[in-house]
Amino acid sequence: MSGDASNTGRRTDNRRSALRLAAVALAMFGFGWALIPLYDVICEITGLDGRTGVAQAASLPTQFDADRTVTVQFVANVNSALSWDFAPAVISMQVHPGKLYDTHYLARNRTAAAIVGRAVPNVAPNVAARYFNKTECFCFSEQSLAAGEQREMPVRFVVSRDLPPEVKVLTLSYTFYRAPENG
Amino acid sequence: MSSHTAHDEHHAHDDHHHGPEPGLMRWVYTTNHKDIGTLYMLFALLMFFVGGALAMGIRAELFQPGIQILEPELFNQFTTMHALIMVFGAVMPAWVGFANWQIPIMIGAPDMALPRMNNWSFWILPFAFTMLGMTFFIPGGAPAAGWTMYPPLVLQGGWNLAFMVFAVHLMGMSSIMGAINVIVTILNMRAPGMTLLRMPLFIWTWLITAFLLIAAMPVLAGAVTMLLTDRFFGTSFFNAAGGGDPVMFQHVFWFFGHPEVYIMILPAFGVVSQIIPTFARKPLFGYESMVYATASIAFLSFIVWAHHMFTVGMPLTGELFFMFTTMLIAVPTGVKVFNWVATMWRGAMTFETPMLFALAFVILFTIGGFSGLMLAIAPVDFQYHDTYFVVAHFHYVLVPGAVFALFAGAYYWLPKWTGHMYDEKLGQWHFWLSTISVNVLFFPQHFLGLAGMPRRIPDYAVQFADWNRISSLGGFAFGLSQLIFVYVVYKAIKGGEKATDRVWEGAHGLEWTLSSPPPYHSFNTPPKVTEAEAHS
Repeated sequence: MSGDASNTGRRTDNRRSALRLAAVALAMFGFGWALIPLYDVICEITGLDGRTGVAQAASLPTQFDADRTVTVQFVANVNSALSWDFAPAVISMQVHPGKLYDTHYLARNRTAAAIVGRAVPNVAPNVAARYFNKTECFCFSEQSLAAGEQREMPVRFVVSRDLPPEVKVLTLSYTFYRAPENG
Repeated sequence: MSSHTAHDEHHAHDDHHHGPEPGLMRWVYTTNHKDIGTLYMLFALLMFFVGGALAMGIRAELFQPGIQILEPELFNQFTTMHALIMVFGAVMPAWVGFANWQIPIMIGAPDMALPRMNNWSFWILPFAFTMLGMTFFIPGGAPAAGWTMYPPLVLQGGWNLAFMVFAVHLMGMSSIMGAINVIVTILNMRAPGMTLLRMPLFIWTWLITAFLLIAAMPVLAGAVTMLLTDRFFGTSFFNAAGGGDPVMFQHVFWFFGHPEVYIMILPAFGVVSQIIPTFARKPLFGYESMVYATASIAFLSFIVWAHHMFTVGMPLTGELFFMFTTMLIAVPTGVKVFNWVATMWRGAMTFETPMLFALAFVILFTIGGFSGLMLAIAPVDFQYHDTYFVVAHFHYVLVPGAVFALFAGAYYWLPKWTGHMYDEKLGQWHFWLSTISVNVLFFPQHFLGLAGMPRRIPDYAVQFADWNRISSLGGFAFGLSQLIFVYVVYKAIKGGEKATDRVWEGAHGLEWTLSSPPPYHSFNTPPKVTEAEAHS
């Protein structure tokens, strides 16, 4: 047996195996990044982290469930990095599933400079999140308030008729953050 | 090295031709698996003392309520760095060192499959830990948000984030290269007759560990890269204001983090499965079930991650899924513990230092396993979460678990590595002092946790004072006891009674057929392995 030949063969094998394993490591690095969109998709489908649904006004059902009433509560939070006042116009509403409702929040910039903020919505309980659909919301885009400016921020929403029957109370909360673009 | 191997085939009988290079550069240029194994282990030992010194600082501060020696900011840096150094600098490199020394001589290979890469994967580490360690001296200090690096807290520190992220990248590269080397060596370089199911269990556990490393470390690399871009390049992966989600980091981190804990413990299972049969003078009970149990644990480790984050607000289905899969891990782990006990059953046992450490491992690791089972119960985890109960749990599995297995393996193979018997009397002193003090150190932390003491705090309510004082005393005793180990290792390297080739009366396996110490290049002619030898 020629030692050189068998050694060269083994070295080629080793190199091939090493490259394959390196490819696995690289694929796992990619998988780590793929977890980000995957997480979004899973949250979107299941409503797991309280993400609310978005609906087009035109596609909404015209009939509503007049026999059923659920309570929707409104909560407002402001991140400590943002010097705004922020509060719901009403604390709670009685709504019929399937019917479109309007309400608004009030936001005021306490500082002497224009600031861009961004509101992140959340619905509790989680199981109800995807049955809470907004057709219009100030959270869809960034909001800029001039120095000392106060503004009404509208929300138009509909609670889906498919809402599980055991859910009697829904809480919609917004947290206003300073948008990262402010630097 | 590669040209040497080819050359050696022709001159299989004069190994001494290719001894180590003289001088210090031997250690820098070396591609020899024994040299690199030694480097890894000495580096790990050094890091064990650096991390240990930080732990002594932590226990000194917690000796009594109030702030005495460490300001809260510095205390947080100590806890964070203690964990990073112990996990990535001590336990993991120590196991890679064992792998380097043992895998070739246990499967009958002349060296690791990729010797040049082997050199590289070790020499990355000193740079990684220099970079991590120097953060103590930069403005803002060392990382202080915990080794788990949760945003948003970790993003609110100073420059250390960049140093930590790049250090983690380097450690990850080192581990991945080491793991690739281990897998290629085990799959391609086994001696004739060494079929997969004849491999010693230490080889099996390392093979599976290496796959865990390749699957988990890159995910951590991705997660810390996202932290880096969030902090310095304006991305919003974990920033709610930009549409991100900080909870997502916890998911990605623990997707790495849970396999990581098995990366640290599976080789320990392997070592203990080598030692107990030797000193019980019986073959390992249930060899194949041990292999399958190890593989099951590795698989389960990838689907249980969210049990670290039961309190983030998961739906009930999620809590139940992660609770039950976590409890399922107790089944293969139980198989292992019962197999070890069955191996000892009616064995002719003797209690040399390696056996003592292995026995302590079986008992104390099981205690850590049981507290893990308690933490797995989602409803009660809401009480235990982030308390000293968690600290007690993971220190039980890591210190009298992984670290004791490292000591057991070190005493077991030290005569083979150095050619000299270690000082048995000092070894026994090291064992008994360590075992008593480690329990004084960590057992009271269970009580502290159940009473509600939160982890990662420099000061605490006076009701916790007594147990903290006892725990600190145990900590100082444990720290000092480890100096005995350094002395024992030093003494065995320097000289002492010559070790025989087989070293232990009941030892079986290829490594014991070599001289003690083995020649610089061993198994240039592959040995033949038969079924009878493999499982005797």
